[in-house]
Amino acid sequence: MSRADQPLLSVKSLSKFYGAHIGCKDVSFDLYPGEVMGIVGESGSGKSTLLNCMAGHLAPDRGEVVFDTRADGPRDTVQMSEPERRMLSRTDWAFVHQHARDGLRMGVSAGGNVGERLMAVGARNYGDIRGKATDWLQRVEISADRVDDRPTTFSGGMQQRLQIARNLVTGPRLVFMDEPTGGLDVSVQARLLDLVRGLVRDMGLSAIIVTHDLAVVRLLADRLMVMKSGHVVEAGLTDQVLDDPQHAYSQLLVSSVLQV
Amino acid sequence: MSESAYNFAYLDEQTKRMIRRAILKGLAIPGYQVPFASREMPMPYGWGTGGVQVSAAVLHPEDTFKVIDQGADDTTNAVSIRTFFEKTAQVKTTTRTSEARVIQTRHRIPEEGLTEDQILVYQVPIPEPLRFLEPRESETRKMHSLEEYGLMHVKLYEDISRHGHIATSYAYPVKVEDRYVMDPSPIPKFDNPKLGDMAAIQLFGAGREQRIYALPPYTKAVSLDFEDHPFEASKADHPCGLCGAEDSYLDEVIVDDEGGRMFVCSDTDYCEGRRAKGFVGAMAATDQMAATTMTKPTLEVL
Ligand SMILES: [Zn+2]
Repeated sequence: MSRADQPLLSVKSLSKFYGAHIGCKDVSFDLYPGEVMGIVGESGSGKSTLLNCMAGHLAPDRGEVVFDTRADGPRDTVQMSEPERRMLSRTDWAFVHQHARDGLRMGVSAGGNVGERLMAVGARNYGDIRGKATDWLQRVEISADRVDDRPTTFSGGMQQRLQIARNLVTGPRLVFMDEPTGGLDVSVQARLLDLVRGLVRDMGLSAIIVTHDLAVVRLLADRLMVMKSGHVVEAGLTDQVLDDPQHAYSQLLVSSVLQV
Repeated sequence: MSESAYNFAYLDEQTKRMIRRAILKGLAIPGYQVPFASREMPMPYGWGTGGVQVSAAVLHPEDTFKVIDQGADDTTNAVSIRTFFEKTAQVKTTTRTSEARVIQTRHRIPEEGLTEDQILVYQVPIPEPLRFLEPRESETRKMHSLEEYGLMHVKLYEDISRHGHIATSYAYPVKVEDRYVMDPSPIPKFDNPKLGDMAAIQLFGAGREQRIYALPPYTKAVSLDFEDHPFEASKADHPCGLCGAEDSYLDEVIVDDEGGRMFVCSDTDYCEGRRAKGFVGAMAATDQMAATTMTKPTLEVL
C-alpha cells in the first residue's frame, strides 16, 4: 500500500435521508492513492446508498466528497456542476455494477463496449481504439477473437470481466465497485477476485468495494468499514476488524460468515 | 369538410405561430431539436406530417411549392402532399427546383444548388441520432446538452467492425457548427456534403416525434467519421443512363421483363432539365422514347 501524503478521496460527514429513514449518516473517511476500502454490511445497512452518494449517482443531503482532481487539486464533487461530474465519471472514476447488464451495452460488441470511454474522451482513430480494446480484453482474460461478439454471448463471469475492462480502459484512478462478485458461481468469483486484485496492484488503483461477502474484502481490501442502519459502527485494517472485531454487530457479522 | 372551412394551409393561425416559434428557435440553435405540439393532420404519420406542418407554417400565398419523394415529384406521397397544399393554400406548385420557393422533401436534397430565396423542408421519421444506442429520451437529452457524443462514434465503430467500413449509407449523422449532432433524415450520405454551407434555409420536421430542427443558411455541418475511416459521399459508379450526368445520385431501375437494369438520376427534375438541354445518356441514345417515358414508381419494387 503506497501512501501518498494527500488523500485521493476525502469523505466528510456524508448523509442521505429518505424522509425520516436514514440512508447513511455522518460517514467520514480518507482514501489514499493505491488503497482499497471495503464497506461491508447486510442489505439495508446503507452501504449501497453511501456508494451511490460518493459516486454521484445520488445527491447526498449533507457532507462532502472531496476528490483530488488532476487539474485543480482537491474539489468537492457534490458541489461540482453535472457536466464536470459526468466528465470525471468517465475519465478518472469508474463504476463496476453488480449486474454486468447495468454497466454494459448489451447490443454493442465487446470492442465497442471497451472503446466507448475512449471515444467519449475524443479518440477518433478506429485502429487505435480497436487495438486498445483488444489489449484490454486480453488483460481481463477474454480471448481477442471475441472482440466483435456481443456480451449476450458471454458467460456471467466474462460479462463482469468485460465490464471491468470497459471501466479501466481510460486509466481511472478511483474505482467504485458494487458487489462485483454478486450472483456469480463460487469458482467464477475466485477467478474474478484474483483478476481484480492483480489489476488493482498493477495499476496502482484506489478502490471502494461494497459487498456483503467478507471473503471479498479479506482478499481485496486494505481497510474495512462495517455499516449498520446507515452508520459506520467499526472501521480499521481489514485483518484487524475480521480477526478481532470490537463492535457487537461486527462480531455477529464475522461469526455468521464462519457458520457458512 | 368543404374547402371554405379550411384555414390557409389547413392549420389555424395560432398553431402556425407556435410552429414558427419552434422554427425560429431551431434556426437560432442550429441542429438542436426543438419540441413542438404536433397536430393531427389529415394523413397518416408515415406520410410526412412533420414536414407538412413546417411547410404550412412557412408558406405564403404567393409562394411556389414543390414536393419530392426520393427525388421524384410523381410518387403517391409527393402527389398527395402537393395536392393538399394546392387545395388548402391555393399555392402554385411546380416540379422545377429552381422555380420553387418552398421544397418539401423526403430522402433527398435536390442536385441543383439552392439559393438564399429558398426553403428546404425535410420530412423526418426519427429525429434523434442517439436513439439507436440509447433508447432513454431523458438520457439522450442530457447527452446533447452536455455534448456527450462518444456514443455516435460507437455506432460507427460497430459499423466498421461488422462490415469493414462505415456501412451507414442513409441518415448519416453530422455535427453542426461544432456543437449539436444531428440526424439529417434518411437522405443518402451522398447528399451530406450539400447540408453544410447551403444558401437555402433547411428545416426538419418530425410529426410523430414532435420535433423541429433547422440549419440556417451557410451553416457548418460535418459528417462524423474516424481518421483512418474518413467519410465518403458515395454513389453508384455510373453515369446516368438517360442524361449522362456523372455528378448526380443514381437509382438502379429495372427496365424490362428480362431483368435489364439501368442507372438513372434519382432527381427527376435534374435529369429532365439536362435532357432538355440536349444531354443524352448511353441508354437514352439507343431507345430514347422508351427511356424518357419510364416513370419513377418502378423504384418502389426494388
Ligand atoms: Zn439523369
